[in-house]
Amino acid sequence: MDGVDLLIIVGKAVAAFALWLSGTAVLIWAERRVVAKMQSRVGPNRLGPFGLLQTVADGAKLFFKEDITPSNVDRATYIAAPVMSAVVALITYAVIPFGGTFSVAGREVALQVWDPGIGMLWFLAMSSLGVYGIVLAGWSSGSKYPLLGGVRSSAQMISYELAMGLSMAAVFIYTGSLRASDIVANQQGALLGFLPAWHVIPMAPAFLIFFTAVIAETQRPPFDLPEAEGELVAGFGTEYTAAKFAMFYLAEFMNVITVSAVTVTLFFGGPSGPLFGPDWLRPLLGVAYFVLKVSVFLFVFIWLRASLPRLRYDRLMDLGWRLMLPLSLLWAMATAFAVVLRQSADQATVFKLAAGGVAVALLLYIAAPLFARKDRGGDAAAPEEVKA
Amino acid sequence: MFTAMRKGFGLTFKTMFRPMETTQYPEVKRPTQPRFHGRHVLNRHPDGLEKCVGCELCAWACPADAIYVEGADNTPEARYSPAERYGVVYQINFLRCILCGLCIEACPTRALTMSNEYELSADSREALIYTKDRLLAPLPAGAKPPPHTDAEVAARGLSYYQGSWGQNPLAHFAGAAGGPQESELADPAVAPRGGSED
Repeated sequence: MDGVDLLIIVGKAVAAFALWLSGTAVLIWAERRVVAKMQSRVGPNRLGPFGLLQTVADGAKLFFKEDITPSNVDRATYIAAPVMSAVVALITYAVIPFGGTFSVAGREVALQVWDPGIGMLWFLAMSSLGVYGIVLAGWSSGSKYPLLGGVRSSAQMISYELAMGLSMAAVFIYTGSLRASDIVANQQGALLGFLPAWHVIPMAPAFLIFFTAVIAETQRPPFDLPEAEGELVAGFGTEYTAAKFAMFYLAEFMNVITVSAVTVTLFFGGPSGPLFGPDWLRPLLGVAYFVLKVSVFLFVFIWLRASLPRLRYDRLMDLGWRLMLPLSLLWAMATAFAVVLRQSADQATVFKLAAGGVAVALLLYIAAPLFARKDRGGDAAAPEEVKA
Repeated sequence: MFTAMRKGFGLTFKTMFRPMETTQYPEVKRPTQPRFHGRHVLNRHPDGLEKCVGCELCAWACPADAIYVEGADNTPEARYSPAERYGVVYQINFLRCILCGLCIEACPTRALTMSNEYELSADSREALIYTKDRLLAPLPAGAKPPPHTDAEVAARGLSYYQGSWGQNPLAHFAGAAGGPQESELADPAVAPRGGSED
């Protein structure tokens, strides 16, 4: 590695940082404008054309506001929590390819900060780490609402991470790689001659489960229970002000962009699209396609916020554990079966093994209620006991 | 389920392209109703004399105790209103005023009325206590600002209280020519009552 390589790495990191940070600013503005439009309002329109500079003004205001630290916080953790959230949000997108490949100084440079073999596992690991920021913020604030918000948040993220991970696993099995660039490469070309060969077509159930799960992971409406205003004031962020609050805010919106980008990478071909024009234009076209695709998902996020009421907490858990987890598990198994079937020479054996597996599953499904402990009582028994 | 989703998401999507309800307020101002209760005005007679006679009925009527009036006697040399007395100090405190309009109902001379102006805001308390100079209506064209002398007023020969309940405020000026004539006041139904603000 020489100086040029180092420069290229720094350049890529700065480019990704600029893209995500400006994306966050625009997203906050767009969210406010679009939600306002959907509610027959105008939204911020004072600062700059169409109020575009509103986010800048809000950010500046947040950083210059009085920083209040309540007296019974756990100081070190209280300060570390927002930093953790923000740092995790800032490094999660490192593995996402956001543009094409171009050559600089005789080197092929892909517009992706880091392309490790573990690839998308990095995203899973970072999104799990992000929970710590919120949980620790809730715990260290030393008051009830943040604590409840933090607990809700951790429960929700753990529940939905399973479904998210399993639906991602289906894509990994289908692609045969965890590497983001391999996943994108696997979606080149066309299906049936006219459809783009995006994973969303063969992996539609995985996409639906994944997208629902990431909405819950980013704690966006209708899954924004950790900061449900009517119940928890502002959830884990209640005791935070000024720059620390701004860090949570930044992390939250940056995560929305990151999960949209992951959705695009996994299911919508990443930065791929019809390329034309001179050589210097091609990687930039990739960036344009990527931004366009991500924007569509960001719009969906905003649209959901404007349209859906918040879920009740038990419904949220129900949906995560009793519907999405089994479905994603089933789909991952089905994908694995299809992939193994395609790769193996002895297909009859594969079918026999699969049939055996299904038979065992059915048997367990029938037999499991027989072993349920009677004294616990089911859902139906509980109200009876209350009455008596 | 799909019908419900189509309807719900469709509604929010359609609303994006509907005209917005919001008025761009400081730039675009919606006109008020003509009888909107806005900031008060102290009216004048056409010759510039004040209609307020300093009776303090408005202050007594005020449920919010927002009006402060001090009356004083008119003199032959310095006449502010056609009546015996006039309001030398007149203040309305818009920090207290609830714009209910009981004061204008109490006013016996229609001196106090309300305009449609609703932009009552300031960055100091003092600025929201409107004194007489800010409440008075502008002088009519060609009129001389009070105080007038009785001689001037008599020379104009105006009938200030054009109804049957009128009095002659210049009774002590009996010798003057062109004082209010009973013949002018013959038919209150035909004669216009009050000033232009009615």
